[in-house]
Amino acid sequence: MRILTYAQAIREAHAQLLAEDPRVFLIGQGVRNPWYAGTSLQDLDKEFGRDRVIDSPVSENATTGAAIGAAITGMRPILFHPRMDFMLLAADPIMNQAANWSYLFAGQVAVPVVIRAVINRGGEQGAQHSQAVQALFAHVPGLKVVMPATAYDAKGLLIAAVRDGNPVLYIDDRWLYELEEDVPEGLYEVPIGSAAIRRSGRDVTVVATSYMAAEAVKAVATLAQRGIDVELIDLRSIKPWDRNLVYSSVGKTGRLVVADAAWMSGGVAAEIAASVAGEIFHALKAPIARVCLPDAPAPTSAVLEQAYYVGAEDIVASVEKVLL
Amino acid sequence: MNCQKSGAISCSREQLMSFLYGMQRIRLVEERIGELVASREVRTPCHLSIGQEAIPVGVCAALNEDDTVWGGHRSHGHYLAKGGDLNAMMAEIFGKATGCARGRGGSMHLVAPAQGIFGTVPLVAATIPLAVGAALSGKLRGTHQVAVAFFGDGATDEGHFHESLNLAALYRLPVLFVCENNLYSTHLTLKERRVKDNIVESAALHGLAGVTVDGNDVTAVYQAAQQAVHRARIGEGPTLLECRTYRWRGHVGPAADLEVGADRRRELDEWQRHDPIAQCRALLSTRGVSSDSVDSVAAKVREEIEAAVRFARQSPDPDESELLQHVYAARRGC
Repeated sequence: MRILTYAQAIREAHAQLLAEDPRVFLIGQGVRNPWYAGTSLQDLDKEFGRDRVIDSPVSENATTGAAIGAAITGMRPILFHPRMDFMLLAADPIMNQAANWSYLFAGQVAVPVVIRAVINRGGEQGAQHSQAVQALFAHVPGLKVVMPATAYDAKGLLIAAVRDGNPVLYIDDRWLYELEEDVPEGLYEVPIGSAAIRRSGRDVTVVATSYMAAEAVKAVATLAQRGIDVELIDLRSIKPWDRNLVYSSVGKTGRLVVADAAWMSGGVAAEIAASVAGEIFHALKAPIARVCLPDAPAPTSAVLEQAYYVGAEDIVASVEKVLL
Repeated sequence: MNCQKSGAISCSREQLMSFLYGMQRIRLVEERIGELVASREVRTPCHLSIGQEAIPVGVCAALNEDDTVWGGHRSHGHYLAKGGDLNAMMAEIFGKATGCARGRGGSMHLVAPAQGIFGTVPLVAATIPLAVGAALSGKLRGTHQVAVAFFGDGATDEGHFHESLNLAALYRLPVLFVCENNLYSTHLTLKERRVKDNIVESAALHGLAGVTVDGNDVTAVYQAAQQAVHRARIGEGPTLLECRTYRWRGHVGPAADLEVGADRRRELDEWQRHDPIAQCRALLSTRGVSSDSVDSVAAKVREEIEAAVRFARQSPDPDESELLQHVYAARRGC
């Protein structure tokens, strides 16, 4: 073990996968350029050559379609979309093609592709450089969606995604890139579909995704000082998500706050809230609270941005509300 | 239109017989499907390629078994020409468990991985970038496999097409973009969609080879495809092959869609005089093949088709227990 940042952990997973498996290659816009990828892909082209680390034109349809076609014919591509907003141009290959082909052709065709999308919000970038549309993709049968919130998971989930054999959307958030922790040196997998309990507690369950899982760690510390004992679950996989762990936790605490830094309507938090209410309503002692972004595009002005984004304080407020 | 010339001179009598067999088979199969749609026994939308048979037959004759083809909504011909099993296709159109996609696909979603047919899907232009990916995969694996994307002229109106041409040219990928230009995108004529009749010029623009051929002359299609496949295999990159043709039936189903425009009747008469099958028969007669032996080919194909229809009718429906199978692939070896 040694300390790596979240971005370094992503890079290490790529390097080890490229070294381990000749079927793995990387394609996407800006894979050679830290402006796009931070340190998360640094110098992979120098280490593995530009045949396998392909910095592509801004052609989301063609690159995504090509990664899918390569996956169908025996490769294990990792596709890089430096901003999730731009990835929407490839909605057809992702939602109509990658997601459908296994089912459509009764399992005779598989699409083992990893589609990495980066959420890159803040910094007065505005509406089209900031979106977190994980719910859109989690809605689609045939896709898996993961959102690591720690360096350990960033590495382990990428490895699991490449080896999964299905189209997996791997969504990372640039606000997490500098987080550090111990990361094992070898290849290891974090199972897709399994959440992690970050802190056990008795009073309230907080289920958080991605960046909000990091914010929730701070929120939980604040609440502990106020005598509130939170059970914190980092969801890690959006689809499939770990129903059993969430149900057993809410079964114990009777209270649920879901934190997902994306729009509230029709979102991941709505899905979890509806499932909990539908399956274990009797366990609930209070209404479920959601901590999400307001239903508006991201503004640019720093003042409006400050008001728009949610964080630890919002989680604290929601936990206190469900305890009233 | 500057079309590449006929390749008849270089084709042997056996080759011509095989082309005729392939084209006649596609036509008779589709005529039968048209009847089954008209009688409502088949309900899935069927897009017939009658009149366009020379293109799949000519192109696939230039391919190896492990080369891949990718198609669209009008792909019965691609599937059959590349070696897909007729029984499995017919059963698929009937929605049966013995279908090539176990009844999940119908006419618009055909598959036969062992024959290099990884999938045909109706999202217009969707498989063009997938074929580029198959070519990239072949290049990275060093297999010299060629990938063929079949699509109509309507697909050239999509961004997928232009992005894919550029990417394939940029990385010199072994891919053939085969545009079956039948002059219509559903009901809209080419001139209602483009200022110029210049699809093939997209090739020069993106830096790849571009060739226009008479898509109703199977020998011309074959020769052009052979040259393009050769270039692809030796690393000289992709080709856009525009095959000029005409769809005799409507966009979907067996009717002729005569109501779509004033020119349709006149065009249809003209193009039917330029029938790819009649042309091939005429060529064979100049090579001393009697019309009787040509007719006996058709009789055999009819028997094969009736056997396929019986197979489809007698096959079981998929079981309801299959409904949620294969949404995800089982994890494979890593």
